[in-house]
Amino acid sequence: MADVSSIDTREHEAQFGDYVELLKPRVMRLVVFTALVGMLVAPVPVHPVIAVASILCIAIGAGASGALNMWWDRDIDAVMKRTMGRPIPSGRVQAGEALAIGLALSGLSVMMLAVFANLAAAGWLAFTIFFYVVIYSIGLKRLTPQNIVIGGAAGAFPPLLGWVVATGSISVEPVLLVALILIWTPPHFWALALWRNEDYKAAGIPMLPVMRGERVTRRYIFGYTLWLIPVALAPSFTQIGGMAYLAVSLLLNAVLLLGAWRLLKRQEADRDADNFRAEKQFFGFTIVYLFLHFMMLLVESTLRALDVSITALPIWF
Amino acid sequence: MSIRPEHELHARRKGRNIAIGLILGGMVAMIFAVSIVKLSQPQSEDIHAPNYVPATAGDSE
Repeated sequence: MADVSSIDTREHEAQFGDYVELLKPRVMRLVVFTALVGMLVAPVPVHPVIAVASILCIAIGAGASGALNMWWDRDIDAVMKRTMGRPIPSGRVQAGEALAIGLALSGLSVMMLAVFANLAAAGWLAFTIFFYVVIYSIGLKRLTPQNIVIGGAAGAFPPLLGWVVATGSISVEPVLLVALILIWTPPHFWALALWRNEDYKAAGIPMLPVMRGERVTRRYIFGYTLWLIPVALAPSFTQIGGMAYLAVSLLLNAVLLLGAWRLLKRQEADRDADNFRAEKQFFGFTIVYLFLHFMMLLVESTLRALDVSITALPIWF
Repeated sequence: MSIRPEHELHARRKGRNIAIGLILGGMVAMIFAVSIVKLSQPQSEDIHAPNYVPATAGDSE
């Protein structure tokens, strides 16, 4: 029998939970939710077993890109307070392990999705992983203050993936859902970056507040909020939306606009006085905002299924 | 020479090994379940099946 003590070189044995953490479970949760909504609102029903298997593949694909992102970003993760406890910088998992797990799970999730669902869904999943890891993490994140704008696209794809699993093709509704997350991402992250500014500065990531200053960031948040409103309302006038969605969306957008306006008007003295309270509130609200929009799409699809749709909205898209 | 069945390493990796075992078992179960579902669906209802037949008027969805 081989002497197993010879391979025992590390102080800490990576536990299973450390590998799970490598897959960014919190991001996975969001991916599962939005992909599931994309699948459930699609006009083609999916068998529950196929649905569960496909969502699992999408979640594993997202987790794999998270592991690859952690592998690539291990140098800056070690500098930033928010990320220094991640498995690689804290020494619980070795960089090579993260790379291997990321690559293996990427390949596996794409292949399995091709078998479980269809080739189009698998292709989009592969593209999503490529986009997040290569275009965003390796390419743009450290290069441009617009990193979030383009990087948001990677996080925006899951509802489209869910839709393609069900229908095998793309139409205007999933594109609107992608646009909703895509345009929601910049104000969401810039609000966070406002009070995490020092972190990003230390790591040398060109976040907007680092590069262009706080005032410009506040203007950008407001500008993107204005742009987000029509995009968020648009699904009301497709076959997946309706009156209930429109009503809730109007309310959410009004609150969001008010919050963005408050951020725009705040001076440095204001945020020092309350330690970024309004910025943190805005950040928190953006999460509720996105969650409720997707919840309302589920509500609409339930209403349609029960044939109690109160909608009389025209379908424009 | 006696073979020690339990090295300290085994004890430390126990949790990891159990978890990986469960995941592999789960994967087998999932692939089996998907196979059963796919094979029990009439092929013509699957738009990606080679023998897909589009529904004609009067058919249910």
